[in-house]
Amino acid sequence: MLTETIETVPIRSSEDIVRVRQKVRFQAGAMGMSLIDQTKFITAASEIARNTFEYGGGGELVMETLRDGARRGLRLTFLDEGPGIADIEQAMRDHFTTGGGLGLGLGGAKRLVNEFDIESRPGEGTRISLIRWK
Amino acid sequence: MDKIPILKVGKCLLVTIQIDMHDRLAMALQDDLTNAIVTSRAKGVLIDVSALEIVDSFIGRMLSNIASASRVLDAVTIVVGMRPHVAITLVELGVQLSGIQTARNVDKGLETISRLIEQSESTDAYGDD
Repeated sequence: MLTETIETVPIRSSEDIVRVRQKVRFQAGAMGMSLIDQTKFITAASEIARNTFEYGGGGELVMETLRDGARRGLRLTFLDEGPGIADIEQAMRDHFTTGGGLGLGLGGAKRLVNEFDIESRPGEGTRISLIRWK
Repeated sequence: MDKIPILKVGKCLLVTIQIDMHDRLAMALQDDLTNAIVTSRAKGVLIDVSALEIVDSFIGRMLSNIASASRVLDAVTIVVGMRPHVAITLVELGVQLSGIQTARNVDKGLETISRLIEQSESTDAYGDD
């Protein structure tokens, strides 16, 4: 699989979450994703970017294009060096929250993408990647 | 900081969200609208989301909060013009806009609000006897 990094977007404020949505929209549109796929991917990105900002204490998004044979896709990797998630399985469940939110972020975002991957170490941070294939 | 304008039309407050709101702006709108319901004695709130390309869990929660607060303040909230791809995504995300009334467009929303206001006024009239 060929990957190419397009851009790194800082996530340090709630305005940056809007910027993440705009950047993802632009790339997904440029790739020719359908409107419904774009909307799902942008919404998932918005949820995870908010987690990065609110729970992770800020971080960044790395955007990459993927090429796997004839298949093309977009991978979004959200990185933070926050407190991390102790129990990922529990955090993935709908309505689980420690931050006063709705707690739909992780589980809900997973349903909106083709591939979802999460790695987290307490005290070290969290890395979440989302892939949507065209 | 930007602000989302709130217009008074008859007994109704009309809000048209034209931009991709960041979270603090959404919170400010929630506060402004709740205050405006009280100061303007509005009986209805119409929120036009037809320009929104996405509604995530945060914006969804804001809409729910406004609807709940307005109910407590004796006003009805109707969300109008949600785009189909936005609605499908919200459902898949797992956000339930519980307690929110919807309408296809502003005209239909205003019709529904006028009807609801009339109903509640006639009930009030009987209730006073």
